[in-house]
Amino acid sequence: MTFKLSVNGQTHTVDVAPDTPLLWVLRDHLNLVGTKFGCGAGMCGACTVHLNGQAVRSCQMPVSAVAGQKIVTIEGLSADASHPLQKAWVELDVPQCGYCQSGQIMSAAALLASNPKPSDADIDAAMTGNLCRCATYLRIRAGIHRAAEIAAAHTEAAK
Amino acid sequence: MNTAPMDRRSFLRTTALAGGGLVLGFSLGRTAEAAEVVNAAQSSSGSTEFTNAYLRIGKDGSVTILAHKPEIGQGIRTSLPMIVAEELEVEWSSVKIVSAPLDQAVYGWQGAGGSTSTPGSYHQLRQAGATARVLLIEAAAQTWGVPADQCRADKGRVFHDSTQRSLPYGELVAKAAALPVPDAKSVKLKDPKDFKLIGTRIGGVDNPKLVSGLPLFGIDQKLPGMLYAVYVKCPVFGGRAVKANLDQIKRLPHVKDAFIVAGTRDLNGLMPGVAIVADSTWAAFSARKQLNVTWDEGEAANESWTAFVEKAVELAKGSGKAVRKDGDAEAALGKAAKVVEAEYVYPFISHANLEPQNCTAWVQGNTAEIWAPSQNADEGRNLISTVTGLPRDGIKVNVTRIGGGFGRRLDNDYMAEAAIVSQKVGAPVKVVWDRTDDLQHDHYRPGGYHRLKAGVDSNGKLSAWHSHFVTFGNTPDKPGNGAGLGADEFPGRYVADYLSEQTVVTCNVPMGWWRAPGSCSLAWVYQSFLDELAYAAGKDPLQFQLDLLGDKEFPAPANGRGVPFSSKRMKGVLQLAAEKAGWGKKLPKGQGLGIAAYFSHRGYVAEVADVTVTQDGTLKVNRVTAAVDVGSQIINLSGAENQVQGSVIDGLSAAWLQQLTYENGRMVQSNFDQYLLLRISDAPPVEAHFLKTDNPVTGLGEPALPPLAPAVCNAIFAATGKRIRELPFSKADLSWT
Repeated sequence: MTFKLSVNGQTHTVDVAPDTPLLWVLRDHLNLVGTKFGCGAGMCGACTVHLNGQAVRSCQMPVSAVAGQKIVTIEGLSADASHPLQKAWVELDVPQCGYCQSGQIMSAAALLASNPKPSDADIDAAMTGNLCRCATYLRIRAGIHRAAEIAAAHTEAAK
Repeated sequence: MNTAPMDRRSFLRTTALAGGGLVLGFSLGRTAEAAEVVNAAQSSSGSTEFTNAYLRIGKDGSVTILAHKPEIGQGIRTSLPMIVAEELEVEWSSVKIVSAPLDQAVYGWQGAGGSTSTPGSYHQLRQAGATARVLLIEAAAQTWGVPADQCRADKGRVFHDSTQRSLPYGELVAKAAALPVPDAKSVKLKDPKDFKLIGTRIGGVDNPKLVSGLPLFGIDQKLPGMLYAVYVKCPVFGGRAVKANLDQIKRLPHVKDAFIVAGTRDLNGLMPGVAIVADSTWAAFSARKQLNVTWDEGEAANESWTAFVEKAVELAKGSGKAVRKDGDAEAALGKAAKVVEAEYVYPFISHANLEPQNCTAWVQGNTAEIWAPSQNADEGRNLISTVTGLPRDGIKVNVTRIGGGFGRRLDNDYMAEAAIVSQKVGAPVKVVWDRTDDLQHDHYRPGGYHRLKAGVDSNGKLSAWHSHFVTFGNTPDKPGNGAGLGADEFPGRYVADYLSEQTVVTCNVPMGWWRAPGSCSLAWVYQSFLDELAYAAGKDPLQFQLDLLGDKEFPAPANGRGVPFSSKRMKGVLQLAAEKAGWGKKLPKGQGLGIAAYFSHRGYVAEVADVTVTQDGTLKVNRVTAAVDVGSQIINLSGAENQVQGSVIDGLSAAWLQQLTYENGRMVQSNFDQYLLLRISDAPPVEAHFLKTDNPVTGLGEPALPPLAPAVCNAIFAATGKRIRELPFSKADLSWT
């Protein structure tokens, strides 16, 4: 079956089985491999993308359910790695192996969009679905706080 | 584990590039012959292509440093090039890092394991950078007609200060490349006090790509015309496929082929299986749901964990093979003022790399090209050669970034699977495991059972020791990977009357290297039991260890056999961790500090855990304070802290939560709802303190992990009076009144 997908502001038409998870459409058909496969069961968060601005697990979203809706992946978070989280991640050297980090950043981006200045408890609640096998959790927490600062400084400068 | 010797002979050479740059090759080859082969190959090629170089400076001044070790998250792709850049005197921001080709004749072992990359490369990489610097300075000195010792290098230029002249490296490379390479001994390395880069915080070189989602990992590889495959193995270890509904599978949409692979008997190699090849990952995964296989499960189907423990309890009552025997342990136990007996047991656990095992292979006739997230790719090439019959020299392996190593990817079964499937279908193929494959076909950290009996004398000093370790092996009498026990395991050599025994139980569970292999489990057992003994002796656990350590020093033996051990270094980290954690402070009931220390992979690490256990038994780890001695120098402070924090939380995750249940020859758990990894909400703050000592610079991928489990368990005891003797401790009732 063919489906029209809106990914990172571009429309794509794909011909796949309707039960194909968005994850595999992104990775195999659209060559957007920043979204990662970890568990295939919505338990690790490596495949996190934004669907209409909400963080969702793309391995649990059949393509038939997301056609026509607004999908943003790590590749579309910013044009030039300029999102405050991307900057903070580089500044604080958050990654170890890095495999989970695009999912971490997408979950964190959804958090910051709704809560620009999250507490540690807010971060823990929002990020608990994202596993990091290397256990970079302390820097993920610090990175989100730092991104919040960067974003606030941007907002202040724009005033 | 295959590790290159520390005292590799090193070889230097320069080659003029066709493009006019300077290539400084620095071979870590093990033999002179190897280096000569490389030199001959290069001098005949005369092109810009080079195989044994660690750095290249272009005519335009561009500096490229080659990273020759796999990046598994340990930060080696950043820290090793930092060493070269430091001695070369170039600005980090001007350096480009590229991957070196897989060529062990040039580089020595190109695996990542045993925390060997830093100790194995530190001196040689400094030498490589320094030799290039010396040549560039000499080239400038000749240009100006001044003595070389009046010149200095900085930020990619050579300066002659008294005449205020300077030249960029790019303008010197042609002349430098034509100069004779100085003898290694004559090249002066920088005084570490002058380091500008080493010891600072440098972010991972791939971070900008990682945060943008660019393809880096094995699983991200894609080739024109590539097919996607699953490789289905028998849930019972060693089982083989007898028949399957292959015709039905082959008729499914998007499926290109399906077939049985005979495989081998090697539990760490190519297991028998059924391959399904399709035009997308999901098509292959979907077809798999329709697959029906008749398995010959083999002998492993009779094995289970509970039967093992029952057997271990019995075996441990008898005697085993003596691993170390000093004096007369039984007699000394008879004379001890107090005797403590305990049993410790821990399960098989998984590496659970977040990037599932995968590999992309393209076999064409007698040659193959492979894209593999392997920690030990050259061994993978050997394995592929064995299972496909392809000549080793015809197999090119590209090592990708790796989504977590932890030792799993020292084995290369997934590489063999991809190669054999590609060979059969005659197309490029990516094999991807799903999470269940990954958990149920890991090469596991071995479970084990220990029976311990030790005594303290009337002065509260450890006076007698008798331990019996019942462990696993796949063949009789030989412990599996990570299941062994060394004669020098602490407190061996520190107790006059000491007996350490081992018995190996044969099983079919594939075993593999798991971060700090052996040490990760033994530290928990021995450091927990020493804590028990300290309480039995009526001594503070820190003081008990300090007294036990005393002033003994065991330097590295000249014959290479045996393990060095320094009481001074161990006491140093114990005291630093204790001081930083506020050891001895008064705490309310339900809160406790625990201390543990361990030497592994050439590093000394002590950790103090601060825990709170509520009366209903809910555990919170408040903080972990680590003191780390990995020699005279930290290379990348950011990476080093990351490794310590990650090791500590990884150790906590394993000890607190992780267990695989082995029943009827198969692992039961299939995904992260059953096999738990620690999440952000349970991650405690971790303080890393580095104690610099006048010792060789060593690695940090592993040594901070082993002390964590005993530190936390000892803290739980301090908080609650409950002793943890079985992992994971999530199973223990920690409630107290």
